[in-house]
Amino acid sequence: MNRVKRTLAPYLLVLPGGLWLLLFFVVPMVTMLSLSLQQGDIINGYRFTGHWQNYVDAITDYRVQMIRSLVYGLVTTVALIVMSFPIAYWIAFHGGKRKSTYLFLLLLPFFVSFVLRTISWRQILTDDGMLLHPLKEAGLVSSGFHILGTSYAVIFGLIYNFLPFMVLPIYVALERIDPRVVEAARDLYAAPMTAFRRVVFPLALPGVFAGVLMTFVPASSDYVNSAVLGSSETTMIGQVVQAQALANSNYPMASALSFFLMAVLLSGILLYARALGTEDVMNAAAR
Amino acid sequence: MTTSAPHHAVPASSAAGRRTDHPAIEFVGVCKDYLTHGEAVPAVKSLDLAIAQGEFFSLLGPSGCGKTTTMRMIAGFEAPTAGKVFLDGQDVTGVAANKRDVNMVFQSYALFPHLNVLQNVSFGLERKKVGKAEIARRVGEILEIVSLTGMEKRYQKEMSGGQQQRVALARALVNHPRALLLDEPLGALDLKLRQQMQIELKRIQREVGITFVYVTHDQGEALTMSDRIAVMNAGLIEQLGTPREIYERPATRFVAGFIGTSNIVAAPVSRVEGGLAVLDLGPEERIVVPVPASVPAGREIEVSVRPEKIDLHRTAPQAAGSVLAGTVTEVVYHGTSTNYTVSTSTGSDFVVFDQNAHDAEDVASRGERVFLTWAPQHSYPIGV
Repeated sequence: MNRVKRTLAPYLLVLPGGLWLLLFFVVPMVTMLSLSLQQGDIINGYRFTGHWQNYVDAITDYRVQMIRSLVYGLVTTVALIVMSFPIAYWIAFHGGKRKSTYLFLLLLPFFVSFVLRTISWRQILTDDGMLLHPLKEAGLVSSGFHILGTSYAVIFGLIYNFLPFMVLPIYVALERIDPRVVEAARDLYAAPMTAFRRVVFPLALPGVFAGVLMTFVPASSDYVNSAVLGSSETTMIGQVVQAQALANSNYPMASALSFFLMAVLLSGILLYARALGTEDVMNAAAR
Repeated sequence: MTTSAPHHAVPASSAAGRRTDHPAIEFVGVCKDYLTHGEAVPAVKSLDLAIAQGEFFSLLGPSGCGKTTTMRMIAGFEAPTAGKVFLDGQDVTGVAANKRDVNMVFQSYALFPHLNVLQNVSFGLERKKVGKAEIARRVGEILEIVSLTGMEKRYQKEMSGGQQQRVALARALVNHPRALLLDEPLGALDLKLRQQMQIELKRIQREVGITFVYVTHDQGEALTMSDRIAVMNAGLIEQLGTPREIYERPATRFVAGFIGTSNIVAAPVSRVEGGLAVLDLGPEERIVVPVPASVPAGREIEVSVRPEKIDLHRTAPQAAGSVLAGTVTEVVYHGTSTNYTVSTSTGSDFVVFDQNAHDAEDVASRGERVFLTWAPQHSYPIGV
């Protein structure tokens, strides 16, 4: 009896989560996959016909938005790495006793809803808002200059909204580095920058890797920032999916777009992991 | 002490031919304070010390005595609050760690976890822009010395503690530093391996001929390996000398207590006869100890005697040296020796180590009245 219990225990523990995933992940995925291959319209209903044309249409009609989303996601991610590393580094190595305070301050804005925060940036960045109005008054920028509605505004919003998702994993990785290892590098004739480049940065790579996963995927498929801060010139693939699903009720097209986006992101991540060498990344992480 | 004229820069690659007249490491009036809650707390108070070329030198003391701070000042991780540090006669007080020709073996080894053995050991030479062929040759050579040949591709997590220890050693030694600093490097190893590594370290030091500065709180380790030992306590050197000097002639009560076991008695000098002070403790009890001429009769002195120098008797002996009577309170069998605790009329308990060389049975048992004797030259006055 006891032995049976012991063998079953792990499975019983995984059961609630497993059921949850089955219900809310696997079932919707299968439904969506089937939807993406259906044909028909909202009045007469959709029927499964194995209609691959949906994918061909999705790619040909929305290629521009797809590429734009990936470019935005990429730019955002690179900017996030560059910005987050110094922040995480400073908190990890110079935060002293106030580390948790600084982390809390970093997260503080995120107690406000995602959409609300983005809308407040709209207020700040708008043509006659608190940022541009004084600058235009002072003649520092021309009266025709605007930020809102440009790619810059959208990417800025993405960077702002995803910052903690890059800072936190890098912070965790840096925090785990034994300061003696950095001292050892200095002891072995490495100047401060060399010690950073050859020891600190490689050891923080697992954190960067995690941060990229946590920002590139949601940033590329985001639809709020472009909707609130952008214009028709900055439409991202997430917005197209939303419009197809909610405005046009073209569920097969929305599903096909989603699946295609997922495939693109997944293959991107696999290539990225390959290039970075998961083996080495995991070695460093598992030390 | 003022030999600070910058010596010509010696290329680090010619370790063997680098004997100069200067001490390998020299501290002149070095103090180090740490700021704790806005208050300066001294870690090292006025340190003057010269470590000779090729010496195996130990800094020995309890935790918090300043030995690690001293070592970190040699490495360049801490700057002295006052005073100067010299390496080979060159003033390096303000020189950054990466520009000092000394290398360290850390207590936790501090190997680079993302690099394999080969990359770890080559790290220093690569920074010094040594040629590829030369690096390969020297790394191969050092890995052979520390018996790690064949492990080049291993990562830290794939190695045992002892192997990691050797990598840390090789990573430092391969650079032929002017001095190798070892910060309790054997602390994390189990007893057998530790003893093995002690002998190994000594062998390696002889082989490479580099000055070793060894920080430890383990007196056995320091006694076994060192040419000289500095016993530190509360930021000061209590005694500096060879292991034998420090063990046989502890200069202070602290050293007598910290190194091995000591029996210490404080009593006034009854009379001085031909360089020997006699301390009468009872009708048949006395301690005889050699003293310098400056010690007059009547002055109270502390006398120390090591447990293995004392003989245990059941009957009153007719010995010329020290005699003490007492009662056995504890008998502990240790295999090679039997340890007795004897409560004496001096008020302090004496510990006696009796070698189990001949007798299969104990000399005395608990509660028995015994006499302790030892030769005059085996007592030693502390701080006289």
